Amino acid sequence: MNNQGLSTYFKFSNVNWSNMWGATWETLWMTVVSVALVAIFGVLLGLLLYETTGSSNFIIRGLNVLVALFVNVFRSIPFIILIVLLLPVTQTLVGTQIGPKAALPSLIFSAAPFYARLVELAFHEVDGGVVEAAESMGANKWQLIYKVLIPESMPALTSGITVTAISLIGYTAMAGAIGAGGLGQLAYTDGFQAYNNAITFTATIIIVIIVFAFQFLGDFAVRHLDKR
Amino acid sequence: MIEFKNVSKIYRTKSGTVPAVQNVSLKINTDEVFGIIGFSGAGKSTLVRMMNGIEIPTSGELSIDGKQNANLSKKQLREQRRKIGMIFQHFNLLWSRTVLGNIMFPLELTGMNKSERIKKAKHLAELVGLGDRINAYPSQLSGGQKQRVGIARALANDPAILISDEATSALDPQTTDEVLDLLAEIKSRLQLTIVIITHEMHVIRRLADRVAVMEEGRVIEEGTVAKVFTHPEQDLTRKFVNSETDTGPDEDVKPVISELLQKYPEGQLLQLKFHGDQVKMPIVSEMLHQFPDLQLSILQGSVRQLQDGSGSIGSLFVQLVGNEEDIKGALEFLSTMRVETEVYKHE
Repeated sequence: MNNQGLSTYFKFSNVNWSNMWGATWETLWMTVVSVALVAIFGVLLGLLLYETTGSSNFIIRGLNVLVALFVNVFRSIPFIILIVLLLPVTQTLVGTQIGPKAALPSLIFSAAPFYARLVELAFHEVDGGVVEAAESMGANKWQLIYKVLIPESMPALTSGITVTAISLIGYTAMAGAIGAGGLGQLAYTDGFQAYNNAITFTATIIIVIIVFAFQFLGDFAVRHLDKR
Repeated sequence: MIEFKNVSKIYRTKSGTVPAVQNVSLKINTDEVFGIIGFSGAGKSTLVRMMNGIEIPTSGELSIDGKQNANLSKKQLREQRRKIGMIFQHFNLLWSRTVLGNIMFPLELTGMNKSERIKKAKHLAELVGLGDRINAYPSQLSGGQKQRVGIARALANDPAILISDEATSALDPQTTDEVLDLLAEIKSRLQLTIVIITHEMHVIRRLADRVAVMEEGRVIEEGTVAKVFTHPEQDLTRKFVNSETDTGPDEDVKPVISELLQKYPEGQLLQLKFHGDQVKMPIVSEMLHQFPDLQLSILQGSVRQLQDGSGSIGSLFVQLVGNEEDIKGALEFLSTMRVETEVYKHE
């Protein structure tokens, strides 16, 4: 580690900007696509958890235990290990082990269970009286879900996906370290391994900006959705 | 017609069985307003939950227009529920929807098309006096306005039955009156059976034709409101009726009462309650004829008329001064005339 003075952070002449924007785009792509897929899978899993909780039916209770186990296991595996663990799965699902696309399975496997728990929690927060009122008006299961549960828990679902998105941005950077591309990989290979602190620093600033942008969007959406 | 035949509902919990409703038999006729009164835990809500099929009776039969909820398929039960409108104590509106959206909710469930839905919901909003607030969210409304939305929503599918489950219990007295006025208007304009669950007797007095009094899961008294008000048989019923009529002396009379109690410590201060025809009978003057040595001073009196004019309830505060035997005799006379008496002591 030579030549590591503080001033190296600001040697922006060392930054290859076209690589930087390319990596930014990859990070954004990984984040947006994985957030979208995590939102879908998370809501489905969360719904499954919510609907199977406290049932008197033996089979449904079994299903609940199974889903809860799946969620808890994937939530507790450290992400960096999960990527390595899922390499064969990734190979089968997307046909490659490198690049932004290859990062998706592990991103989804790690974030969807986390979000599912938040979704389940959000559904349980919906006023029981309102749910019973809808039932007494003759709502069927699906109407109950998409006309009552989801709209009434929208602010919580949104703030949940915001939190999840922000941790996903962190995960994309980690995935970058083993070849997923994006700002994480750029900071690691071109920054750390090439002793180019300006690249690491710039990548950091861009990631912070992305995180702030997601947080702002999330908060903005919650404020507008919440009519309570 | 809603008919309960020996209906019981028993809940099983870890600590044993809880009988919420026991051997209830009731007939609620089509297009009448039927009140069910009782304190919390009396089993009123369980009765409602059985009517809309959320609970199934443990034993006995409950039929609505000849159909038993227990025998319906899930789909049939949902269709049955759409014919029953419900309003709730805590309104249970969707906060995420506007007034119009909330009223449209039950219409969406039946798959009515959008333009018809909007038209009907707007009409209902007008009916409940919220025509100018259709785009407001529930959080922007007062309690009374929220309950109006609840009522409009309950009426959306043109129900044959409207169940009001403690609909005014979370409202202040003035708002309660507004909501009761609206229900009275609906009763006169629309043809539907209304079932009112409440613990407040004045709600029954204002709206109901017949009433059932519930205690510990049983119906302890049942009859027309006029009869139950004027001739309450059970202690609990009397308590409800009295809570509705004057229960104690006015603030203005209180100083006079304590003065009289000091001045005539041997005198008796009584509150007399007259039900029905007793109001029109010369009971007090008859009492004075029988005990001419008694002195009587009247402190306060009032008469309340029932909603349909079928009866009245009178209350009279008097002081009797005289010898002990005469007073005792007078009290006996009142009790043979079936006048309720309550003796007031110094506080």
